[in-house]
Amino acid sequence: MAKKSYRQAINEALAQEMRRDPTVIVMGEDNAGGMGAPGADDAWGGVLGVTMGLMPEFGRERVLDTPISESAFIGAAVGAAATGLRPVAELMFVDFMGVCFDQIFNQAAKFKYMFGGNAVTPVVIRTMYGAGFRAASQHSQSLYPMFTHIPGLKVVVPSSPYDAKGLMIQAIRDDDPVIFFEHKVMYDVEEEVPDEAYTIPFGEANLTREGEDVTIVAIGRMVQFSNEVADTLAKDGITCSVIDPRTTSPLDLDTILESVEETGRLVIVDEASPRCNMATDISAAVAQNAFAALKAPIRMVTPPHTPVPFAPQLEDLYVPNPAQIETAVRAVAGYAR
Amino acid sequence: MLQSNRQDLLEAYTQMRTIREFEERVHTEFAGGTIPGFVHLYAGEEASAVGVCMHLGDKDHIGSTHRGHGHCIAKGCDVKAMMKEIYGRKDGLCGGKGGSMHIADLSKGMMGANGIVGGGPPLVCGAALTAKTLKTGGVAVAFVGDGGSNQGTTLESYNLAKVWNLPVVFVIEDNGYAESTASEWSVGGSQTKRAEAFGMPGKKVDGNDFFAVHEAAQEAIERARAGRGPSLLHVKLNRYFGHFEGDAMTYRADGEVEALRRDHDALKTFRKRVTEAGLLDAGQLNEIDADIKAFIDEAVAEADAAPPPTGDDLLTDVYVSY
Repeated sequence: MAKKSYRQAINEALAQEMRRDPTVIVMGEDNAGGMGAPGADDAWGGVLGVTMGLMPEFGRERVLDTPISESAFIGAAVGAAATGLRPVAELMFVDFMGVCFDQIFNQAAKFKYMFGGNAVTPVVIRTMYGAGFRAASQHSQSLYPMFTHIPGLKVVVPSSPYDAKGLMIQAIRDDDPVIFFEHKVMYDVEEEVPDEAYTIPFGEANLTREGEDVTIVAIGRMVQFSNEVADTLAKDGITCSVIDPRTTSPLDLDTILESVEETGRLVIVDEASPRCNMATDISAAVAQNAFAALKAPIRMVTPPHTPVPFAPQLEDLYVPNPAQIETAVRAVAGYAR
Repeated sequence: MLQSNRQDLLEAYTQMRTIREFEERVHTEFAGGTIPGFVHLYAGEEASAVGVCMHLGDKDHIGSTHRGHGHCIAKGCDVKAMMKEIYGRKDGLCGGKGGSMHIADLSKGMMGANGIVGGGPPLVCGAALTAKTLKTGGVAVAFVGDGGSNQGTTLESYNLAKVWNLPVVFVIEDNGYAESTASEWSVGGSQTKRAEAFGMPGKKVDGNDFFAVHEAAQEAIERARAGRGPSLLHVKLNRYFGHFEGDAMTYRADGEVEALRRDHDALKTFRKRVTEAGLLDAGQLNEIDADIKAFIDEAVAEADAAPPPTGDDLLTDVYVSY
């Protein structure tokens, strides 16, 4: 099996689905690039190259460059989905939801319900998230909890190239609106990814490490850090289960609860701002449903309640890191009433 | 020409009268307390919805506004199911889950009334993109109020429709008021010049004159259908009721609505035109009026008696699968 990057895995998923289904189109700012410009066609493939190569194969009619008008083209993707296409629209950075959120949360998310079930809106909105690029406050946020909050949306946060491909194919084939979060720092992460198309179902967590002492639930890029910590602590005799929910909506709470019933100790690692994020949501669900199993207070590893800073020294302090995760795991592992 | 086609004339009058009767009746019933929520009525604006939608079929789509009942009727939605929806009934057009502000029937190409002012135009661009990509021959029409014409979504959609050369018609229904604020004050520049600035033709039309709307819409829709891109109609018309039901309309001049109803009513104008030209006779039109009144009586009685949704309905239709 060939090694592929997170970027290549997503690109391959898009290409394979476009070959399979003529109603799949992609659109976004510079998704091909070079539209109307004198130089190269397919100049960019999106700002980080994820859609590179699609335009030469599928043409400008199915790979649409857009003006910088997120409300209009995200809304158009939603309207196209409600009328027979399966658009994959790129919202370059999730921070830009600020200029188009209405079309996502008031329109796409609600069509099916408020039209009495008589609508399907199979749109995928791909978007970049996360800190670590020195991109500062308006290009670095991890806003998946805000979409998870909205009934009618599905939210996918893949943590590896393998998952990214399978979850993207599932997202395109899914009949509900899906927000697909790609961590900008992970695009060059590589692993073995099958050449053929495959799907990973939504709402089924992945157990990336198995252990008996502590459960770690981690989202997106934090899964990689948590795996590293689990491997380190295993050498010290503390074994951890690491659970990657893969999708925050639907959320596989059953797998989390089962694990907590066994370990009695829970650490949640979430790159989103600490108030009303996945860590607080999962904590509340565990406290409500598995209180008797808990042997220690739940610990949450998150950034501070601040915007994402610019200076590298500050941003490095902002993003949750393996050392913080290790400290939290040791604290709950060693906790005694 | 429409004038020579009696069947089309009867159809146009029937549609407009149905909208008027529907809205007048919802006004009365709402005041009586039988209809919950927010209701925005289209009475006075009928010639726009009907004049435009008579050129459309099921493969064509429209996006509507919070004032959407007229567009719904003109696009062929089930009128009795609409009334039930407005009453919040289980067998309403949207199962009682949408109500007046979100009434829709995608199978008829009606993409929904919209509770968000300016919410529709991007969605309509999407429907047009579907038509263009799948080569269905369909067109899409965005109805937008004068208030919605000032939303960025609307202006962004002009640009997107132009640069993607989409089969879209933007119909600005300017009833003079964005809620209580006069459009003369709130709209900078002119609607048609805005269109021209985006490289689209824009035409101002008297929205009390069904024939003027019908003719202008025909040109715009044929243009879109032929692949020659978007255009805009600025339809100047009048709203007989408040922004929402319960609005005392203290911002309007004394006698303003009465004068509009007396001197500029789209239905009266239509009736006068077709009877004076000998195209239809008054007796026929009176008969239509009586039939529609009876039909709307029935729709109200059935809606009033229909059962509400049950507790189980609360949790269904959120997702296709979850």
